[in-house]
Amino acid sequence: MMSKDARTMRGARRLLSATATVAAVALAAAGCTGTSGGSSSASGSAGGQVTLQLGQWWEAELPAGSFAGLISQFEAQNPNIKVTLLTSPFATFSQQMVTNAAAGTLPDVVGLSGAWVSDFAKQGAIADLSSLMAADKYDTSQLASQVQISGKTYMIPVVNFVYPLFVNKDLLTKAGVSTVPTTRTEFTAAATAISKLGGNVEGWGLPLDTAVPNAIANDVMSWVWASGGSMLTSSGEPDVTNAQVKSGVEFVKSLYDAKVISPGTLTMKEQDKVEQFTTGQVGMVIDTLAHVTLVRKNNPNLNFTVAPIPAQDGYTGKRGIPYASWGVGISNKSPHKAEALKLVEYLMSANVNAQLSTLAKGFPGNKTAVPDFSKSDPLFKTAFDIYQSGYPANEFVGLPKAEQLERTFEEQLQQTLTGSQSVDQMLTNTQTAWKAIF
Amino acid sequence: MKVTPNDPGSAAQLNPTLTRPISGSRGILPPRIARKLPPYAFIAPTVILIVVLMIVPILMVITYSVMDNVVVQPSSQFAGLHNYVQVLTDPDFQAALRNTLVFIVASTAIHLVIGLTFAILLNTPMLGAATKAFFRVIYILPWLFTVAVIAVLWRLLLSPYGVANYLLTSLGLVRSGVDWLASPTTALGAVVVINIWAGYPFFMISLLAGLQAVPSELYEAAKVDGASALQRFWNITLPQLRPIIVSMAVLDLIWTSQQFALIWMTTGGGPLNVTEVLSTFTYKQAFSNYEFSTASASAVIVLFLSMILGYFYVRQQRAQD
Repeated sequence: MMSKDARTMRGARRLLSATATVAAVALAAAGCTGTSGGSSSASGSAGGQVTLQLGQWWEAELPAGSFAGLISQFEAQNPNIKVTLLTSPFATFSQQMVTNAAAGTLPDVVGLSGAWVSDFAKQGAIADLSSLMAADKYDTSQLASQVQISGKTYMIPVVNFVYPLFVNKDLLTKAGVSTVPTTRTEFTAAATAISKLGGNVEGWGLPLDTAVPNAIANDVMSWVWASGGSMLTSSGEPDVTNAQVKSGVEFVKSLYDAKVISPGTLTMKEQDKVEQFTTGQVGMVIDTLAHVTLVRKNNPNLNFTVAPIPAQDGYTGKRGIPYASWGVGISNKSPHKAEALKLVEYLMSANVNAQLSTLAKGFPGNKTAVPDFSKSDPLFKTAFDIYQSGYPANEFVGLPKAEQLERTFEEQLQQTLTGSQSVDQMLTNTQTAWKAIF
Repeated sequence: MKVTPNDPGSAAQLNPTLTRPISGSRGILPPRIARKLPPYAFIAPTVILIVVLMIVPILMVITYSVMDNVVVQPSSQFAGLHNYVQVLTDPDFQAALRNTLVFIVASTAIHLVIGLTFAILLNTPMLGAATKAFFRVIYILPWLFTVAVIAVLWRLLLSPYGVANYLLTSLGLVRSGVDWLASPTTALGAVVVINIWAGYPFFMISLLAGLQAVPSELYEAAKVDGASALQRFWNITLPQLRPIIVSMAVLDLIWTSQQFALIWMTTGGGPLNVTEVLSTFTYKQAFSNYEFSTASASAVIVLFLSMILGYFYVRQQRAQD
């Protein structure tokens, strides 16, 4: 008979060997299922119950619990649908969505930024909403806008955030400027006067960081759109060498040469621009309305207002105002597109859209929804009036490789600002580079 | 006594070693294989993880680098070395390569100098133990911050109206505030300084450990022979520390060449691409340009350059052994 020690030892070895083998097999199985099966979305259904995934960055930017509350209402109205919220901050969200789109694992209902639509649609990652809405007989006339590629809708803006001109009224008064500038000449004069105040205060903030080049849309092209100009031909092809774009770029260069722009422009990030405005180091910036709350919180004593972006002298037409959206789309690989559309329609319904816009401090994507301004900052009402008297203008929405288009423009602009090339050379180079991308 | 696998009665005489078959009296596997299986089973989880998380992605990236229309387009096709040619002839890539070389060589060299200086200071008999312990804590502080925090802090410090400019203008070293991170002439130098600040503690600690292992008899003998402090440093300290210095230098070159977050969060590769490095170039190709083929080619080139450095590291380690 085996000794007790030998039996114990033998038993222990058997157990260890068996455990090691089982662990190895389990890991191999997990590894295999992880790398395959990327074609189906992660949503599930069981006996009539459907679980949808809603991927977005909005929840993090809304008051705690408010978004989850809206979603609970949807679940109460649709007992057979459960919604799982997948939330991450915008910067990480965009990278995740690029990866998920490539892997075919986008959430059923996915938050979208206008800059991604063209590339996601080309990949076949997001579904054609036009046909889905038509099949459901959805009234699309209530939508303020739809982002379309080749006539098919791929993204519906849920909440729009406009980018008006933020003006520090105390600095204006101190600089001896009595009214908020409405033309480019007035803007240059105001910026110059503010810069002359000294004490590290400048007139305008321009964040040309190449890591996130959205300043091209918000802070540079906005001057062109505010004067009714365009960077595209009527058929949507690049046209940056036209007179209006040239005039806008020359205007920005003139401000740079006059040294009325806050230093550090070439690597300044958007958050630096907002911070400098909040602390009163910069008199005027173009910024998203969504930051009004942030500015108020960080500096309750700041006396500021919002205004339309100044236009070319003598321009009397409607002014384009840049905007960014919280958009929504449906994954092309979702097995529950009908239910996903229900969630989209819920988010776009007048009542819910109005609530969401009020919470987000943005403007509704449903034309008939009116945000409740009664409890909010009076500047939102001012901005809403600006929004309604002008038109939302962001020509980068729906363009292919929109971020790369902005970055190319920005790199050329940086060379022009530092004197390495003329404005004409810059626009010619940009036109050539853009045509290669389109 | 003769022992056979089918004879449990003889177990008492048997020495239970790993040469026993796995499953009792009737093994499911042939005895020879069953004997060899347990060690492999034990390392299997790690090997599988390495294969799935490292080998497979590397092979996928190498595959993507010789194909076109990968990841974001449905119709991939073999492209041979076309992507490599495109990347190597891209002026942005060439600029990124130059900047990366400057960045890693300058960072590593100055890391060594500062690390060695502080290590010698922390090892000197001229200071008391309490003083040295206090300064050890101070000098190691940069190592405790994550890259995101370091980037934010230094952006504030080097801001045109920040503390650095205030001190320099007060001391009369510069006439007016310098755009350290936004000026094409100073941006690369500024990020090198930030990287040096963030990374020297690791060198310092390693070299300090090495210094403390140098036998004091060598110094005593040298003193007796009349060697000056400088001669002792040059002829005793440096040769004794040489293995550590070489190892750290190669490792630092490899680690610094992969630095992405610091550059991205301070300058984003700008202004005018003066701080563009291989990692930021690859990132922009993939996530902005959606050109995963050229991004993969760029990544494979970086892998190849790292492997050259890795080869020297392994060779140096083997020489030590």
